[in-house]
Formats: sequence, structure tokens, C-alpha cells
Amino acid sequence: MFIYALKRLIYVLPVAIGVSLICFMLVHIAPGDPLISVLPPDASADLREQIRRSYGFDRPLPIQYWIWLKNVFQGDFGTSIATGRPVVEELRKAIGNTIILSLIATLIGFFFGSLFGFVAGYHRDTVIDKIASFISVIGVSVPHYWLGMVLVIIFSVQLGWLPATGAGPGGSSAWVWDWTHIKHLILPAITMSVIPMGIIARTVRALVADILSQEFVQGLRAKGLTDRGVLRHVIKNTAPTALAVMGLQLGYLLGGSILIETVFSWPGTGFLLGQAIFQRDIPLLQGIILVLAMFFVFLNLIVDVLQSALDPRVQRG
Amino acid sequence: MAASAALMMSTALVTVVAAQEKVLRIGMTAADIPRTHGQPDQGFEGNRFTGIPMYDGLTNWDLSSADKASVVIPGLALEWAVDANDKTKWVFKLRPGVKFQDGSPFNADAVVWNVEKVLKKDAPHFAPDQVGVTVSRMPTLKEAKKVDDLTVELYTTEPDSFLPINLTNLFMASPTHWKTKLDAIPASVTDPAERAKQAWLAFAGDPSGTGPFKGVKLTPRERFEMVPNKAYWDPKRVPKVDRVVLLPLPDANARTAALLSGQVDWIEAPAPDALPQIKAKSFTVYANPQPHVWPWQLSFADGSPWLDKRVRHAANLCINRDELKTLLNGLMGVPKGTVSPDHPWWGNPSFDIKYDPAAAKKLMTEAGFSASKPLKVKVQTSASGSGQMQPIPMNEFVQQALKDCFFDVELDVIEWNTLFTNWRKGAKDESARGAHAINVTFATMDPFFAMVRFTSTKTFPPVSNNWGYFGNAEFDGLISNARTTFNPADRDKALAALHKRIVEEAPFVWVAHDVGPRAMSPKVKGVVQPKSWFIDIAPMSVE
Repeated sequence: MFIYALKRLIYVLPVAIGVSLICFMLVHIAPGDPLISVLPPDASADLREQIRRSYGFDRPLPIQYWIWLKNVFQGDFGTSIATGRPVVEELRKAIGNTIILSLIATLIGFFFGSLFGFVAGYHRDTVIDKIASFISVIGVSVPHYWLGMVLVIIFSVQLGWLPATGAGPGGSSAWVWDWTHIKHLILPAITMSVIPMGIIARTVRALVADILSQEFVQGLRAKGLTDRGVLRHVIKNTAPTALAVMGLQLGYLLGGSILIETVFSWPGTGFLLGQAIFQRDIPLLQGIILVLAMFFVFLNLIVDVLQSALDPRVQRG
Repeated sequence: MAASAALMMSTALVTVVAAQEKVLRIGMTAADIPRTHGQPDQGFEGNRFTGIPMYDGLTNWDLSSADKASVVIPGLALEWAVDANDKTKWVFKLRPGVKFQDGSPFNADAVVWNVEKVLKKDAPHFAPDQVGVTVSRMPTLKEAKKVDDLTVELYTTEPDSFLPINLTNLFMASPTHWKTKLDAIPASVTDPAERAKQAWLAFAGDPSGTGPFKGVKLTPRERFEMVPNKAYWDPKRVPKVDRVVLLPLPDANARTAALLSGQVDWIEAPAPDALPQIKAKSFTVYANPQPHVWPWQLSFADGSPWLDKRVRHAANLCINRDELKTLLNGLMGVPKGTVSPDHPWWGNPSFDIKYDPAAAKKLMTEAGFSASKPLKVKVQTSASGSGQMQPIPMNEFVQQALKDCFFDVELDVIEWNTLFTNWRKGAKDESARGAHAINVTFATMDPFFAMVRFTSTKTFPPVSNNWGYFGNAEFDGLISNARTTFNPADRDKALAALHKRIVEEAPFVWVAHDVGPRAMSPKVKGVVQPKSWFIDIAPMSVE
């Protein structure tokens, strides 16, 4: 087990370097001027060159990459062009906010997704199955952005029950787990949970239906196990795949959603990424993409290790 | 028992005081709090919300009238004049008795210090990240020298009568307060440039200017709070609210929802579709034509169809701008030129920009075009962008309108930042992809931004934004005359002569002026929406 985890960890290194290279190249290939946020269009050519030099954009790309990578390994992601603040500070805050939002959304999505999936799979081809499947299809089909707007219109504008934007009355730096702040979390978390809920529900439904049709289940029943006992075995067999799907979904959510975080002005990584793109803030963009990509890499690692712990056959494979 | 009763009473008292606090909450279109150290970014929205409220320039904008054109007025300088013998030397007499919010005096040393923060590279407080947004808005300012405590000399690289207008963009930050921040940087930070950078960052979190508001709490990307500077030097602009909270809400629908749900009292640029709902809920929508132009800037490169003046005039006469205004729910001004007829730079041009399709068709026929032989033109635009209003529906409207006058318009829609970058490269550059016009909106508060950069042969790409290569000796002469006419009234006359000729030669198709729509709760009183990109928060109150 330890050897397996170690081997997986070593695989992460080339992946990380590859990811860093790709994200560096992508942001530099994209059209547009990275100095657009600090220079008005009327800036003279001399001034433009002076600022370009001060940010190091006059150097060849391989040298820029090498300097950046060296600094990243020392925990220095550079300084945001647009704000002048260290990228690490910006990231730390945004990641914290996105973790709060995505964990709650994942919990909601996993709970309801598993519930609907299980119910649908267990009562396959009945009305209950159709209703649960319909809800899960809606979940994966509905556009996030639209759902967020609808929820805001109903619960904020019309009913006035929940706030429309922001991460609390005093901003996210004053976040505490009380009702005043949790109110700000409800609408974005529900909006964010809908897609994972649908995906998990569909996966679990297919798994449960498949497991129930297997011979060992008939064997369990023949042995005299009650429905509850059979169910326990079904859950145990469903868990590794459901967990893998949840891990991937959590990865997606931790990446933040540009649309959801923008609609709700939630100051997470998606919101930050959106702004970095619009401002061509290259150091910030590189930092966010690298960190988000590494989220995926490490989540996959954790899921792999967990899966192998739950089902040793995975290790052998 | 007594202690807990006292605690309850004090809590109740604090609650009552907090409840009585008059707070004005503003939802901005910016995605981040504009920089707070005195030279804001985020375009003019930055100047509007973290510049003008907290700082003053030597000259300020008059934002007190909704009817008259907004003009430059004395700010921290009481009067100024160019030297009779040396036209590159200006003498500014400073306002006495003004103090920064930290209590230190405003004087000639402070002016010199603030000029040096962006111009003197070896100054200990030189701030490279403030250079871009500042120096380009005062391109000829070279240096400042103290004469006495209340007199300062400013030098320009060439005679430049626009300097007093440019100086509205140089906000005066407190040198004493900055020094306090510098002294607090740990000694372990030894690099002077790094120390200065950290001092500016600390200053941004706890700024000190001479303005009517003082910044007290900055949460980057989320909120910024300001409280009144009760000792402000202009009694008419001592704030009436207890606190202003700025919130970046870049999405128009999110801003609108925040207003409608009572989370904010004021939003910039509400979602146009939501205007009826906003008005139905008793919110007030303010709008007034801004010094802003939504144009097609035309190419004068070889082979461009716009080289024929008849074609340029025809396009300007073929757009029913009142109809476009209806399409935009009334949220645009109908242009008569780059500036409006009530502006000192108007100049009474002989070409009247209006809707006259018969005259347009006649001109096009004379130029050799007809319905069966339309003129093909390609226009580069974006799907969105700062100041672009609603570029796609507006361009499609113009495309359809011009079709009636024998134009066959092709729209080349590209991403906003790319378009903005292309603007600098010019019509002859590969990036123009054969376009004959570019649709980039611009501000017109300053003569250079409004006119000079589009009509001088010295501003051909890549030097500045004369994308279409429009210019000749006549225009260079008019510009030179305006730049070297130092009496303000005469300078305005010279600028009016320039504007007159620009409208007559029509290097643009003028389509709209933005009106800077903003929606406010009826609780907000004392609002004056001037004909400006800016607005004065100080006289406002919250019921």
C-alpha cells in the first residue's frame, strides 16, 4: 500500500512540470497585451517599453519560464500586474473561499446525488426511478448561470430571504460560521451542487442497478440476508466508483466556477481567474492555473489511494 | 448581575449607534477595488470612486451641475499661469491652510513629492506601478520645483496649454504618512525599491489624501470603506453620510439583483433589460451624456473607401440615432460631434450630423454607389468591453441602417483586449485584417484624448491612437495653435476651431454618447449627475 502511494506520488512530479509548462505557454500564446491593466491606450511607446522591462516581459520566453518556475518552487508566484499584490496572497484568500463553497456544494451534491441514484437504481424501471432520474437529468442539463440567476430572482429579489451577492456582510475576511454568513453561502452552494448531484445520481443509479443484477446478490438473498443486509453489500460495492466520481467533481468545484462566482460575487478562484483573464494578468493567471491543475493532480492521487484501500484489486491493476 | 446588565446596555447602545449610521453602499462595475494610494487604476471608474473622494489634484473637475459642461476649476491650487518668457514653465499658487488627513500640511514640498513619485526614477518613493496610469495622462510634465511653501513651478517638455486639465489626474498623497509607512517596514527588507513598494502597499491599506473622505478599511477584491474627513477644506463638500462602502460587482445582473434586494443603495450601469423593473420598484435611474464617444474610427490608408469625404458624410447622415436610443431604452446621448454644442470646444461646424437618408443616398450616388453596386466596408469591433456599451446590437443597428444607403457592412467581431491592442497598431497593420474602420469608444475630457491623438500626424501608430492615419498640415497647425495658446478662453477657442474642422472632415462615424446610467435607492438624496465621467459623492445624503 505504502509503495503504491509512493509510486503514485513520484508520478506527480513530471505531471506537475508538464502542467506548469503548458499553463505558462498558454497564457503567453493568448493574444492581448499583459500591460493593458496598468497602461492606458495612449501611453507612449517609450513608457510602454519602460513598463514592459520593469515586469520582465522583454526577456525571451524560456528565460521568463525558468525564472518563474524557480520562484514557484520557492513559494513565490510573483506579483499581480493589475493589483501589485503578491499572487500567493491573492490565491490563498481565493482558495479558502472556494474551498468553503465547493465543500458545501459537494456535500449537498453527494448526499442528494447518492440518495436519488440509490433510490432510482433500487427501484429500477418504476415511477420512483423515473422521477429520480428526471431530477438527475435536470441537474446535469440546467445551465449554472441561468439557475443562479433564477434563484437570486426568487429568493433575493422577490422574497428577500437570502442575500444576492458577496461572502458575508463584512466580506470574506470577516467570515464566521453564523447564520448571517451562512445565508450568503446557500444560493451559490445550491447552484454549484446541481451538476455533481446529477452526475453522481446517474453513476450511482447505473452501479446499483448493475450490482443488484449480479449473482452474488442472489446468493446473499438465498443465504437469507434481509433487504437491509443486501443493501449494505450494495453500498460497499458502489462506494469506490462513487468516491472516484465525487473526487473528480470536488476537483472541478475546487477549480471554482467563473460563472457562479461572478453571478454571486463570491471571491473565490473562479472569480479571480475570470478577472485575471480579462486583465491579461499573466503572473496571476499562471499562478491560478498551476494551483488549480495541481488540485486535480493531488485529488486524483488521493482518490486513487483511497480506492486502492477500499478495493485492493485496483492496486493490482 | 450588574455587570451583565451593563454589558447588555452597552451592546444595545452600540447597536443603536450602528443602526443610526448613514451608510451609502455602492456597487461598482469594476472587478476589484481601484487602487487606493492616490493614482487609481480601473479607468475613470477608479478616479470616480477612490480618486476624487479621497484626494484632490492641483486642479479639480466642477461636478456641481447637471446642466453645464463639466470644466476644470481650482483644486489645491488657487491660481496658475504660464511664464511670460518661458512657455514651458508654469507657476501654481497653492491653497493655504489645507491639511492631509493624517494632519500634516499640504504645501509645495508635497506637490514636488507627488510629481516625483511618478517622474523621478531615483526618488525613494518612486512608484513604477503608478507611472502607467499617471504619466500618459500628463505626457509633457517634466518636473516640479518649490519656490516657497505656497508656490510651485511645474515644467513641461514643450509648451502645453493642456497641462491644467491634465493635472486633474495627479492626486496629492501625503508624503508624511507615506514616510510613516516606510519607517514601519522591517529592517530586514534592505532593497530600497522593495521598501518603497511595501510602503505604498501599506499606504493603500491606510491612505491619506486631502479629499472629503478618508479610506479606513480595504478588503482587496471585496470592499473598501471610507468615512468623512470633517476637516475638509471646502465646506460645501464636507460629507453628509457617515460611511461609504464600495463593492466590486462586475456582472450587470448581479449588480441589479444586489440593488433590488436592498444589499446596495447605488449601482453603476444597471442591466438595461431590468430598467423597467428598477423604476417600478421606485429606484431612481440617473443618466446624462458623458464626455464619451461611441464611434467608428475610419481608415485613411490607401484604398480605404472612406478617403472620399462624401462617403464619410453619407454614413454620418444615414443613422437614425433616435431609433437607436429607443433600442437602448433611452440610455444614450445623440451626438453632434465629439463634444456637444454646449461645450466650449464646440466651434459650430458647418456639417450637421443628423438623420437625413435622402441626402446620404444622394452623396453615395454621387460617389458612384447604388443598391446594385453597394460599397463594401469592414468594421472591427468587440462583443463587450469597457465603455463599449452594447457593441453587437449597436453595430448591427448601424449595419442595417447603412444598408439603406448602399453600404454593405461586414462586422469583424474580436475579443475586447485584442481589439484594444489592435487600436494602437493601426489600420495598415496585419491585425486590422483589412478593416476599414474600428469601433473603440473613448473619453473626451481632455483635448489630447478627445481630439489630438486622432488627428495629428505625430500620433500615427504605433505612437498613439490615430488608427486611421488621419492628419495633415492643417490639423497639425490647429493642434499646435491650441497647445500654445495659454489664455484659457483663447485656448478653448483654438480647440473649438479644431473640433469644427474634425466634424467637417468626419474622420469618424459618430454614433452615440454614453450617458453613464446609474440606479439609486430613493433614500439617496442630493444627487447631481454631471455631464462627466465623474460624480461627487460628498454632497449626497442617505435618509
